[in-house]
Amino acid sequence: MNMLQVSVWRGAAAGEYRTYEVPRYESQSVLDVVTYIQRSIDPTLSYRFACRVGMCGACAMTVNGVARWTCRTHVAKVAEGNAIQIAPLANLPLVKDLVADMREFFDKWARARGQFVPSATRKDAFARVAADSRARAAVEAGIECIGCGVCYASCDVVSWNADYLGPAALNRAWTLVNDERDGARAERLRAVAGDAGCHACHTHLACSERCPKKIEPTRSIAGLKRAVAMAALRGEL
Amino acid sequence: MKNDLRARNHPSWWAFLVHRLSGLALSLFLPFHFWALGQAFQGEARLDTLLRWTEQPLVKFAEVLLIVLLAAHLSGGLRLLALEFLPWRGWQKSLLAWAAGLALAAGLAFALAL
Repeated sequence: MNMLQVSVWRGAAAGEYRTYEVPRYESQSVLDVVTYIQRSIDPTLSYRFACRVGMCGACAMTVNGVARWTCRTHVAKVAEGNAIQIAPLANLPLVKDLVADMREFFDKWARARGQFVPSATRKDAFARVAADSRARAAVEAGIECIGCGVCYASCDVVSWNADYLGPAALNRAWTLVNDERDGARAERLRAVAGDAGCHACHTHLACSERCPKKIEPTRSIAGLKRAVAMAALRGEL
Repeated sequence: MKNDLRARNHPSWWAFLVHRLSGLALSLFLPFHFWALGQAFQGEARLDTLLRWTEQPLVKFAEVLLIVLLAAHLSGGLRLLALEFLPWRGWQKSLLAWAAGLALAAGLAFALAL
């Protein structure tokens, strides 16, 4: 049988790569490979997954040096010869093996005011949002984020500046800035305007290049830069 | 964990690197440029000596490189402005190709006109 040489990061920050031999099948995902190792070779391997169909964002890992959603990444697409290297996501503290600590990533969503703040009550009528409006189109472009952390792990600015809110949190903020039902626009623009906010982005486009959902956080961050600048000129910040 | 070059190996990151390195190189060249212009204050002869020195083939070649760096920094900057200020569209890689093309064309035009 054709065997795949899989090099997997084991341990915490001071760990090492260990190599496993995994039978290679057609249409095999990287998550299948990790699951095979855990179930058939070494049950102490820690990794994270839930839906297996690209909806939950739990299974992102670094595959051959590039952050990817492993459940939707075919081995055939990424294997170099018969070898594959699997590591935890970069730019995040490591819990163990392939499990990165996502706390900081999600805390930054909160810091970027990623929560919807209603401007109406349940007694008001439903908001009518025109599907073809410019603001709704901007929301549409960024709303399908599954919070996998691939963009955050791929971003150089995150590695340079630990406080940088990162592409996903800023993308979330942009979808809310364009949500006409939201009542916290000024506070949100203030939250993303600091040194660690949208202006820190260097437009490397790594987030847009790597996002498995084909979202372009760079687009959202560019929008935030313009919105913050306009709000500052109008004296709203 | 830290990323290595495999994570950075995509066109826009290389464009960033060219933009950053050309900017650094130009800022290092700028003091020399002002110093060279300042030679005119020391009289015509001093400036002419310097200008004759720049006629050497190696200096001429360096000049072409300098033009490419300048053009790359300019077109790379215009690319960023277009990305960030114009309505977003799927033209990131075309913009990049245009910027690279402009830089090389500028260098070539300068080299051929020598």
